[in-house]
Amino acid sequence: MYKEICQKYAPNKDNLIQILHEIQDTHPQHYISPEAVDAVAEYLKVPANHIYGVLTFYTMYSTSPRGKNIIRLCESPPCYIKGSDNILRKLKSALGVGVGETTKDGQFTLELCACLGVCGNAPVMMINEDVYGDLTEEKVDEILAKIRGTK
Amino acid sequence: MKYYRSHVLVSINETSVAAGVQAFVSALRNELAKSNLSEEINVLETGPLGFFGRGICLTVYPENINYEAVKAEDIPELVAEHFLKGRPVKRLMLDTAGKFSPKFNYENRIVLRNSGIIDPESIDDYIGAGGYEGLEKALTQMQPAEIIAEVKKSGLRGRGGAGFPAGVKWSFTAPLTAPQKYVVVNADEGEPGTFKDRLIMEGDPHQLIEGIMICARAVGASKGYIYIRGEYKLCIARLEKAIQQAREYGILGKNIFESGFDFDIEIKIGAGAYVCGEETALIESLEGNRGNPRWKPPFPGVQGLWKAPTVVNNVETLANVPFIIAKGADEYLKHGTPECTGTKVYTILGDVAHPGLCEIDMGTTLRTIINEYAGGMKKGFKFKAALVGGAAGVILPDRLLDVKMDFSSLNQYAAVLGSGAILVMNEHQSIVDMLWSILRFFRHESCGKCAPCRNGSQQLYKLITKIKKGEGTMEDVELMQTIAETMQQTSFCALGQSPIMAIRSAIENFRDEFIAITKK
Repeated sequence: MYKEICQKYAPNKDNLIQILHEIQDTHPQHYISPEAVDAVAEYLKVPANHIYGVLTFYTMYSTSPRGKNIIRLCESPPCYIKGSDNILRKLKSALGVGVGETTKDGQFTLELCACLGVCGNAPVMMINEDVYGDLTEEKVDEILAKIRGTK
Repeated sequence: MKYYRSHVLVSINETSVAAGVQAFVSALRNELAKSNLSEEINVLETGPLGFFGRGICLTVYPENINYEAVKAEDIPELVAEHFLKGRPVKRLMLDTAGKFSPKFNYENRIVLRNSGIIDPESIDDYIGAGGYEGLEKALTQMQPAEIIAEVKKSGLRGRGGAGFPAGVKWSFTAPLTAPQKYVVVNADEGEPGTFKDRLIMEGDPHQLIEGIMICARAVGASKGYIYIRGEYKLCIARLEKAIQQAREYGILGKNIFESGFDFDIEIKIGAGAYVCGEETALIESLEGNRGNPRWKPPFPGVQGLWKAPTVVNNVETLANVPFIIAKGADEYLKHGTPECTGTKVYTILGDVAHPGLCEIDMGTTLRTIINEYAGGMKKGFKFKAALVGGAAGVILPDRLLDVKMDFSSLNQYAAVLGSGAILVMNEHQSIVDMLWSILRFFRHESCGKCAPCRNGSQQLYKLITKIKKGEGTMEDVELMQTIAETMQQTSFCALGQSPIMAIRSAIENFRDEFIAITKK
């Protein structure tokens, strides 16, 4: 399966970041496994350690399994002064996990991130591909309930 | 062409998508059809409208009425009252209470002149609005040297933060002979508080493509890359569509406009690293590496992507180029100040009545921007400070509100215009807290390549955390400044050279707050 993804791209090193994105996005646990790294290394003819170097440099990649829904809460100054700390506290208690952790049912992983560029609606978080803005504690409950309901 | 009695512009952007705008638009069309208004009222999906209301926002022309936070259940009322009877629904109209109502200022726009007016997903709309005229002129009537001369004459300066003259940058690359040259667009917008490039790309993607192509013609490049952050999903989708349309129209490809010029553009997606906004780190990332910056010189203009001469420009910079070429530098020079020409797109955030974006002439004062374009402070709040230029920016107190916002004027106050982000703080917010958040950001984003930034950003965060907790002394405050100065002088790239600006401006302008929170 990893090989098929690789083959959509020319076997050049500059496609590494795009290939890793696609592998991660299509994996049910949204991460890049050691097997995936080996497959990419073989396809692009680059050492696996180079790939790990890239994987661990960029914040969007994960080398460990994650939940079905990835929550990324912005902690940059514009969101921070609008109370992103309170939202983080709320998310932690609502989900019962800390930052970087996944809920027991495998539904949610909680992460922090830098500015998402939606500062007009701070505080902001992204869940998978969707942006949620003007967050309040009540809104967090609603959003989580909605996602849980449609799982 | 069809004529309509009224046009309803619906802003499709990250925010409104989150509010369910797509379902809203189809519901609106259905309701209009039910009332037999489909032939009279045109619903147009467009980019950012130039004001930031909450949720789903609409602008109705010719009345020029703005609605915000419109919900699906409001549709029957809107259609029955406004579209059928011509009575705008007051309760949904954009709240312009407060001392000033925001100016929309369409007349003065260059980069955003089409945004919110045309359908960004239609190349015909862009062409209808005069799009690709600059490219046609550049390819059929001008020599590359003339294009560069025109851009130089316009005084256009890089809009990514540093303000380097674009024409001069291009003139380093143009005379070089190389089998391949590249134009790279820096769309890795990561400066906290900044999203102008997102709005420029969402609102008018073809304008960026035209700008890239004119630049490529001027410097002799045959391939362009748009390096865009992975989070900007809507931008990526719109750019992909725009590139596809341009290929279909023969605007991208071989022998464009029978001028012998070949060019194509590829989109490359980033993976979340602030440092990749630095041009050499961006090039490393494009090559499939960690985004560690390179030593300069050689500058990318001479040796960039795969060692080929490469022009790296910000989105806003290139988006200015079609206007300059189509209308001429003289027209462009009517905007801005002699040292800083043209307009600037700002994002205004925080405790102002109307957070959002505006495009205005360079040299407009911060006071004017806040009072007139953002509608003043939010009711009940007093201005305390503004963080200008994002995390790599400065904290300006009210006594500097009348400083002109342009690269040169701000330099006199050791301030930078940076990315054009303006974050307004109210009198209850703590400067120490703000600085803490900024330094936490730098600690996280330091790429780790050079020791001054890697260690310095850690130490700065430790010190500010201690101060924030009330456990620090004024010596710690001075030490922070010393460390940041050392970083400024010794760091490898602009990232490590930046924290000094926020630190120095915070300490100089709000010393009392540091004295109050530290131990005697």
